[in-house]
Amino acid sequence: MLLRHTTDEATRRTALTVNPAKTCQPIGAMYAALGVHRCLPHSHGSQGCCSYHRSQLTRHYKEPVMAATSSFTEGSAVFGGQSNLLQAIDTIFATYEPDVIAVHTTCLSETIGDDLVQIVAKARTEGRIPEGKDVFFANTPSYQGSHITGFAKMVKSMVDHFAQPSERPAPRLALFPGWVEPADMREMRRLAALLGQDVIMAPDTSGVLDAGMEAEPSFYPAGGTTMAELRALGSCRASLASGPSASSLAVQALEGKTGTRYETVELPIGLSATDRWIEALRRASGMPDVPAHVRWERARLVDMLCDMQQYLYGRSVALWGDPDQLVSLVEFCIDMGMRPRYVVTGSSSRSFEERLAAVVAGRCPEMRVASGHTADMLLLHQWIKQAKVDLLIGGTHGKYIARDESIPLVRHGFPILDRVGHQYFPTVGYAGGMRLVEQILNAFLEVKDATCPEESFELVM
Amino acid sequence: MSLLRPPNRAGAAAAVPRSGLALLEERRRQIVVAHEAGAIECDRKSAAGGVSQRACVFCGSRVVLYPVADALHLVHGPIGCAAYTWDIRGALSSGPQLHRLSFSTDLREREVIYGGEASLAHALDTLIPAHKPQAAFVYATCIVGLIGDDVEAVCRRASETHGIPVIPVSAPGFAGTKKTGYAAACDALARLVGTGDTAGISPLSINVLGEFNLAGEAWEIRRWYETIGLQVVATITGDGRVNDIRRCHGAALNIVQCSGSMTRLAQHMKERYGIPFIHVSYVGLEDTAEALYAVARHFGDEPMLARARDLVRAETAAVLPELRRLKPRLRGKTAAIYAGGAFKAISLVRSLRALGMRTVLAGSQTGSPDDYVELRRLCDPDTIIVDDLTAPELVRFLSTHRCDLLVGGVKERPVAYKLGVAFCDHNHERKHALNGFAGMAAFAREVDASVNSPVWSLIPRRNIP
Repeated sequence: MLLRHTTDEATRRTALTVNPAKTCQPIGAMYAALGVHRCLPHSHGSQGCCSYHRSQLTRHYKEPVMAATSSFTEGSAVFGGQSNLLQAIDTIFATYEPDVIAVHTTCLSETIGDDLVQIVAKARTEGRIPEGKDVFFANTPSYQGSHITGFAKMVKSMVDHFAQPSERPAPRLALFPGWVEPADMREMRRLAALLGQDVIMAPDTSGVLDAGMEAEPSFYPAGGTTMAELRALGSCRASLASGPSASSLAVQALEGKTGTRYETVELPIGLSATDRWIEALRRASGMPDVPAHVRWERARLVDMLCDMQQYLYGRSVALWGDPDQLVSLVEFCIDMGMRPRYVVTGSSSRSFEERLAAVVAGRCPEMRVASGHTADMLLLHQWIKQAKVDLLIGGTHGKYIARDESIPLVRHGFPILDRVGHQYFPTVGYAGGMRLVEQILNAFLEVKDATCPEESFELVM
Repeated sequence: MSLLRPPNRAGAAAAVPRSGLALLEERRRQIVVAHEAGAIECDRKSAAGGVSQRACVFCGSRVVLYPVADALHLVHGPIGCAAYTWDIRGALSSGPQLHRLSFSTDLREREVIYGGEASLAHALDTLIPAHKPQAAFVYATCIVGLIGDDVEAVCRRASETHGIPVIPVSAPGFAGTKKTGYAAACDALARLVGTGDTAGISPLSINVLGEFNLAGEAWEIRRWYETIGLQVVATITGDGRVNDIRRCHGAALNIVQCSGSMTRLAQHMKERYGIPFIHVSYVGLEDTAEALYAVARHFGDEPMLARARDLVRAETAAVLPELRRLKPRLRGKTAAIYAGGAFKAISLVRSLRALGMRTVLAGSQTGSPDDYVELRRLCDPDTIIVDDLTAPELVRFLSTHRCDLLVGGVKERPVAYKLGVAFCDHNHERKHALNGFAGMAAFAREVDASVNSPVWSLIPRRNIP
């Protein structure tokens, strides 16, 4: 019992996180920046931050993750990190030859008050940024927000820095995918194409963090949103935010800068959320109807849900992870007859509980929700000790609870350190929904086969 | 791809030594050819803007102290440092598992402005009664000093209130390198050493230092030493216990593996308690055998030496058939090594040679000048020796040199795979014990399984000169 210390008493903690259900802003900024073509993310802080983020992203994606660091010293902590960043910009362009550097700050550089606006402007006026290359940045102190806000801020800064207003908007959609897997981004692009909608997706980590084996591997993989595409975000006729927590900042910034009207929908995970996302795309494309291929995908998901309802109905589930994923997953669970009993995220967002309430629509009164400071895996475990659930859905860190309480775990979200598949197979869209149902169903059936008495061990499900 | 060809900027040609790896001018003297003249530069901070594989001071302190299983490990700072170090190293415990949980004061903007002492005190007052640890380590990360927290004072008060040692570990990431963190960890341990009762400790007794019980390696090491007639007072810190550490100054000898992390503590115990220490390595058959003989020789105990010989003979005999089976499959293959400490790199060169493999590149994150002298002496004349190897340098090396295997850690694995090179994790993500006698066979099996996997033949081959 690795979590033998956990009791069912949820004591009040004012400031103490035990087994976090979140991490810090900079890693989100780094992940977003990796979705820009030929971009080298740069961590402005101590060397360890960069190393930890790269390691964690490597464990999750099983791919090389390249990023540079300002390697702060005691001198930088006293006199400021300006000289480190200027030197880093020189070094990076001279030796690693990226098209663009995306700088994010850390708790250290923010606490000592480094002014990125001034430092990057200085680099520009001193000619340290070569012709045709660029540097942009986001302020992501680790003591604010979470990895999700770090992601959101870096995407916003892509808009702030690059998007150019245009007199003649193109019939394109600026599609902000949110923090989803590379495979999810690829799937969103595929669905948009089926709906006849030309999109610029920002960021796009497909082809970067799920790159294939090639004869001549590149330090900068082929994927990622190009700088030209980021500039052209401003000429898109409309923009769509997939998931408010990760993408609202960007669409609002785009509207503020170029007047591009936006729509915000929940992440297209599960049936209802995908319906709304598809409908938003259809409206944007001006297509009169959703094309048959997409309708057939939907029909297959609904068919699967109907075929399998008896195994899912009434099953209780605990979920943790990031706000955008959780809202859509909860809705999907309820749509298929399950009971989301506990929902926990370490990320705080004013609207999170309202959004959950909106999708639940009174269908699951027993649901308990915790978000933000001190909403962690300890609290979730204490709740589970009070009343057990049938299934866990969340990242790898739930495996201790799964083992101690003998509850099956379907891995979804970030980070997944101990399984494979999340990089390659989408869970967004209708086909992604089918994959989720498959995983949930198989989790129940595997437990049954492994633990049921011999006389009730069945050949047929 | 630019990194596969030499830099083309003006004047860069002179910056590229014969190894052809240095991408950063500042790093030119951190890369040498083993038997060429000229000292290697090391023990320096990484250049700003580098894609270094190194970590920070906090990381160094955390990895050394983390395996103490009945201590509370509280990270004082914003959430990231605790989140990224939550149970990521397979340092096994035979009892308590408290070290595998993640505790953080999770400092927010309010604390950054008004100070985090109250949060720290609250966290300690909540956690110590709940988990009843034997001691608590409080890691002060980057901003704690900057916002003016007096961590020492909070720890002292908590120690008085709860009656256990509450030890601050000064670990701001920027204040040095990972080695500085090792030193901070040694200093924290030194505050425990000498506070316990040494009654009943045999004159034939040792402490095992610098062994972190990855995949249960410390258990194996303890078994050998006990078999030859020694009492192991404390393993520091693998499968570590606070009370063992408190009384370990009663041991007659310290045996130090992973010299980079633990020599400081051994030195302290020598000065303070007169306990001598010896350096050993458990990587490979020869080094492991020597680790046993050296201890027996130290005690000048003939029967013990005889028992050591018997043990080495039996353990070696048990793995030789497996090594004989695998050696022909590995003979002539080439390897690159990138280890945390140079001492391990030295042992790995020997182990690979024992398997008939040649080391074409050997590097470490934290090697000292002396380590590198020894490493260069041991390597082939043309082996490339690198300090603080950067990821792009590694990419360039693996792209331009014929190399069958990379031995490294988490961040290096996918880099190797992407370039069609086999890989063995000899760092904290090892899945089998790779130290010692059986460990040597496990190492050979892992290397064979990766090097001789058919998957590499599926990749379109690159032309490597």
